[in-house]
Amino acid sequence: MMNKDTSHINSLENEAIYIMREVAAQFEKPVLLFSGGKDSITLVRLAVKAFYPAKVPFPLMHIDTGHNFPETIEFRDRLVEELGLELIVRNVQDSIDEGKVKEESGRYASRNMLQTTTLLDAIEEFKFDACIGGARRDEEKARAKERIFSVRDDFGQWDEKNQRPELFDMLNGEIEHGQNVRVFPISNWTELDVWSYIEEENIEIPSIYFAHKRKVFLRDGMIWSADDEVVYRDAHEEVLEEMVRFRTVGDMSCTAAVLSEASTISKVVEEIRDSTISERGARIDDKRSEAAMEKRKQQGYF
Amino acid sequence: MEVLKIATAGSVDDGKSTLIGRILYDTKSLTTDKLDAIKKTSKQRGYDYLDFSLATDGLVAEREQGITIDVAHIYFSTNKKSYIIADTPGHVEYTRNMVTGASTSQASIILIDARKGVIEQTNRHFFINNLLRIKDVVVAINKMDLVDYSEETYNKIKADFSELMSKRDYQDQKITFIPVSALKGDNVVNRSNNMSWYTGESLLEHLEQLDKKDIYNVGTPRFPVQYVIRPKTEDFHDFRGYAGKVYGGELSVGDDIVVLPSKTKSKIKDIYFYDEKYKTASRRSSVTITLENDINVSRGDMIVKEGDLPTIDKQFTANVCWMDSENLTVGGKYVVQHGINKVLAKVDKINHKIHPDYSGIDSEATSLGVNDIASVTFKLNKPIFYDQFKNHRTNGSFILIDTQNNNTVGAGFIQ
Ligand SMILES: Nc1nc2c(ncn2[C@@H]2O[C@H](COP(=O)(O)OP(=O)(O)O)[C@@H](O)[C@H]2O)c(=O)[nH]1
Repeated sequence: MMNKDTSHINSLENEAIYIMREVAAQFEKPVLLFSGGKDSITLVRLAVKAFYPAKVPFPLMHIDTGHNFPETIEFRDRLVEELGLELIVRNVQDSIDEGKVKEESGRYASRNMLQTTTLLDAIEEFKFDACIGGARRDEEKARAKERIFSVRDDFGQWDEKNQRPELFDMLNGEIEHGQNVRVFPISNWTELDVWSYIEEENIEIPSIYFAHKRKVFLRDGMIWSADDEVVYRDAHEEVLEEMVRFRTVGDMSCTAAVLSEASTISKVVEEIRDSTISERGARIDDKRSEAAMEKRKQQGYF
Repeated sequence: MEVLKIATAGSVDDGKSTLIGRILYDTKSLTTDKLDAIKKTSKQRGYDYLDFSLATDGLVAEREQGITIDVAHIYFSTNKKSYIIADTPGHVEYTRNMVTGASTSQASIILIDARKGVIEQTNRHFFINNLLRIKDVVVAINKMDLVDYSEETYNKIKADFSELMSKRDYQDQKITFIPVSALKGDNVVNRSNNMSWYTGESLLEHLEQLDKKDIYNVGTPRFPVQYVIRPKTEDFHDFRGYAGKVYGGELSVGDDIVVLPSKTKSKIKDIYFYDEKYKTASRRSSVTITLENDINVSRGDMIVKEGDLPTIDKQFTANVCWMDSENLTVGGKYVVQHGINKVLAKVDKINHKIHPDYSGIDSEATSLGVNDIASVTFKLNKPIFYDQFKNHRTNGSFILIDTQNNNTVGAGFIQ
């Protein structure tokens, strides 16, 4: 091949690889936060590319809510196995059992908020100084102000009014003992960029991202999985069978599906390109209030 | 398709948020749920128009104060390009955010309220864009609907602005004037029917036709080594790759190179991007390079072409933009992060403060406060390999880090 060119998706890829390498060089104990979703799968791909032919020099960590789609977990274990990566799993269930957090109940119960405690405990346990995450600035308004290297204090909190300016390519990862940095290598990617990259790179992703038949029910104009006991359903909420796919695969209790016939990656990309509902429109916990995301971030949510 | 990063500058209420919202709306980049939220909130507030600024003002504090206080990034794309807009605030005290936003941008938009014309803030916005050597600047004269779309008003503002242009340091900066109404949509994405006297392009049309050569300076290649890759596996037993990003120009297999600071000579053997080999690495690509000779290279070293060396020195003078509430003082010690390299630095001299509104300099200054811009001389505890900012944006810039709390407290552009 002649040149490694730098148009659109390539320039985003180059930027992300640069960031991955800065993390490995600037920190003693980095970790890649892996949720099993497409964004974190993309991160893994970028990490592999950044350090080839050497192995990725940091482990993956999954904060397991216990409410994952089973397909995601199978996929996670296979990916780790195939790439020879190290995986750490910490369970929200353990935090609940230890009485550190209290399970929500009722119609909108979700374990999404509870993840924060488990995450912060794991950071403490392993003394991680950098956590690589797959957040993107286009996801949500508060995210749009997030830095690439985002410093968190001892309590994992984000002080949005006092962020370090980031100039040119320069990433300042200097921290004090007890602080850690959240790193977002795909900050500048849009949802469509991620999907296009997955297509271009032929990256395997869990099957629930593609259209499939599923038992679902409708609530507040959104489609919820009725396949299992995780999502609370009122008796009057009728179960239907529909062709759906998921656009994000977070905690089942707060991830809604969309009607779709897209059974291949190129069809998904096409659908996203034409789509008029933003990705987070399908996540219930952001709708709780306009300031929801910002509040969660201040508390240490990734 | 390429990515174009654009910085925006304007004073409070000049209509920056509205302009960005308008661009998103007219390029159909607003999703239905976002649009619904804007409609709903506009109505709640009793407006008879859509308040597009709601599309960008992200933080709770901002919504409360009704101002933009930090850099927000907004994304949209057309068939031709992907755009990232760094929405930077207009308040005087937020000069630092503007410098930050402009540092990663290739083009910029300066907004002027047609009713107010060129004001002191405009001078500052222009100064910073010029200081950061943004190659393409659009001066968008906004709220034309409130001045009856008057050509005379437009011409007056254009003439006032042109006076500023004669004072600028970086004379090659391209400047384009466009009369717009962000609220009504004139000349933003679509050309206006209300200003037949204006025959130029709309704002988006202008951005769409910008080419790489319009936004980048081609310079000399610099390759700071970020990370040394040593797999130590059977297949790659002796592999020793230098991972980094190419800045300023291209590097090719077979190039005669010099490794700094040791000045050891070698040749580029292979250029890897993941498991593929390439003949040439373009500027801004993150590659891994192997060399013909087995020499000792570590993070912070720099690979450059033979005969094309940067300055190697333990001191330099730079224009500094100070960003911290604690003053910079002569004798003060900071960490200079130059690219990926960190060295300890001492402020040797504050040569003069520069009033960023083109009103002159102050040679008596002994300290710098937040948002001050000044020419400062530093002494370093070991040499760095730098270029002048005017010749090399990446290798001519640095940040200053506080040695106590590790915050980024300033940015500098080497003279
Ligand atoms: N008439 C008119 N009003 C505008 C125009 N652009 C912005 N505005 C109004 O000016 C005010 C400030 O706009 P905003 O976008 O919030 O300014 P910002 O502080 O620069 O982001 C709002 O009330 C807007 O509706 C315009 O082109 N014409």
